[in-house]
Amino acid sequence: MSALRILVPIKRVIDYAVKPRVNKAQTAVETAGVKHSMNPFDELSVEESVRIREKKSAPGGVEDICVISAGPAKAQDVLRTAMAMGADRGIHVEVKDGDELEPLAVAKLLKATVEKEKSNLVILGKQSIDDDAAQTGQMLAGLLGWPQATQASKVVFGEGDSVEVTKEVDGGSETVRAKLPMIITTDLRLNEPRYASLPNIMKAKKKPLVKMSLSDLGINNERRLKIVKVTEPAPRQGGGKVEDVDGLVSKLKELGAL
Amino acid sequence: MFAVAARRTLLRPRSALATSAPSLRSFLSSLAILEQREGQLNHGSLSAITAAQKLGGPVHAFVAGGGVKSVAEEAAKIDGVEKIIAVDNAAYDKGLPENYAPLLVENIKKGGYTHILVGHTAFGKSLMPRVAALLDSQQISDITSIESENTFVRPIYAGNAIATVESSDATKCITIRGTAFPAAEIASGTATIEDGVDPKAESASEWVSEELAKSDRPDLATAGKVVSGGRGLKSKEDFDKVMLPLADALGAAVGASRAAVDSGYADNSLQVGQTGKVVAPQLYMAVGISGAIQHLAGMKDSKVIAAINKDADAPIFQVADVGLVGDLFEKVPELTEKIKSS
Repeated sequence: MSALRILVPIKRVIDYAVKPRVNKAQTAVETAGVKHSMNPFDELSVEESVRIREKKSAPGGVEDICVISAGPAKAQDVLRTAMAMGADRGIHVEVKDGDELEPLAVAKLLKATVEKEKSNLVILGKQSIDDDAAQTGQMLAGLLGWPQATQASKVVFGEGDSVEVTKEVDGGSETVRAKLPMIITTDLRLNEPRYASLPNIMKAKKKPLVKMSLSDLGINNERRLKIVKVTEPAPRQGGGKVEDVDGLVSKLKELGAL
Repeated sequence: MFAVAARRTLLRPRSALATSAPSLRSFLSSLAILEQREGQLNHGSLSAITAAQKLGGPVHAFVAGGGVKSVAEEAAKIDGVEKIIAVDNAAYDKGLPENYAPLLVENIKKGGYTHILVGHTAFGKSLMPRVAALLDSQQISDITSIESENTFVRPIYAGNAIATVESSDATKCITIRGTAFPAAEIASGTATIEDGVDPKAESASEWVSEELAKSDRPDLATAGKVVSGGRGLKSKEDFDKVMLPLADALGAAVGASRAAVDSGYADNSLQVGQTGKVVAPQLYMAVGISGAIQHLAGMKDSKVIAAINKDADAPIFQVADVGLVGDLFEKVPELTEKIKSS
């Protein structure tokens, strides 16, 4: 079996516990001074890659775990976090704040990287919690012509480059088998990401981090979707509380729900 | 073999598409992708037709799989659909994106469609971005409303913000939030049924097995009533003992918060929220759920929200139309009895 050269794309997003606010101009969500962290699904991708190496679950072994992020300078923070979790090295594709790439552009960037780095497995999160698009992994698979297994909850390596992936689907789960090279996107149930320990955070500072630009990879940031406006959702007013079950039943009847 | 097919589609100049549709305005036409399972039409997937109808212009629907004739005939009865394009080939039964995407691309190019729509379901999410990439189009995911033929509304940040986006792509690939577009009804339509093109691309992956949760209760995503349990249920036994009788008394589907799923109280296919299912029933009853933003993302468009929680300060009460503070282990059985006897 081929040794794995795993590429793990990660994204810096507003922390999942923060309630995002729309800016005054209604052009975007306010990001200045807001806590950011690694997209939770990407933590699962990093964790899975590191576990594949630690558990020696791939017959060919793991040769390289490379994390990549496209974004402003602060994207390096999440790359360091991923390296502290066990990734070997990082690539930072610098994109100016406010010049975010759409999933199609990210997929093109990743395709160029896969070819350059000779990756044979790309593990991505199933979606980023900011844009909620859920597209990049599938687009990359399409551009490369590789098999894809989305929303993975279990990854098992077999003989002869075969990989069996259990996917979360509507109503349950489904298992598919494909051969490397392939694309996997992670679902929440895949694993529980580790916390980076202090010594590992220190070590991660010494791991190689290469800086690149979009043009180094032959990519333009061509945007196809124009954001017309961003608004707050219509607020929902709580209707107050009732004293007991009888009150609940009669209120539900009054609202026409029973 | 697949790689060859993919390369062929990628190399085909975009102008081939443009010449068949020189002006978007005058040649708008939509293709809605339908889901089928073992020869049965998935009625939830008919939301894509409703959305296509809102765009104006002719609507065609697409279905593929082994022996899909009866599915095509059923779909042909939807009013306002001109044509059903059916590809009868068991290779597409499982909807594997590796061969289904090139199949769709061929049929999209042949039909010169400007808008391609599919539900934002596991099938649609896995398939559509691959199709979009092959067409060099930036997909618009999980739309909740259509403003015009190129302007769409979609929630971002777990529904904490609503974005209106305008697409400049010649072919617009769109996934639809099912709860925002009611399924088109099977009526007395008379669409023609036509065989689609079948490029017979081989799939680079193979289907091995599936494990689907069996349930006689209504489907969570489309149920009129949903009762949902959270961490407050304490164990799987308690979850089943407390929630299932309530669901049955109401004729409701059962849902769960991520906390309940992660703790093993409920199957993960029941999860409601940003990373699970998005529901918008007539009644959503949240039991022992605090109301984290990720959970609210999956249910806050419900018509009526009721909450039972022992913590009077739980955020769920801020969105609930009616709240009851109390011990769910007492209140829910009492409620179940009262509903049954009324």
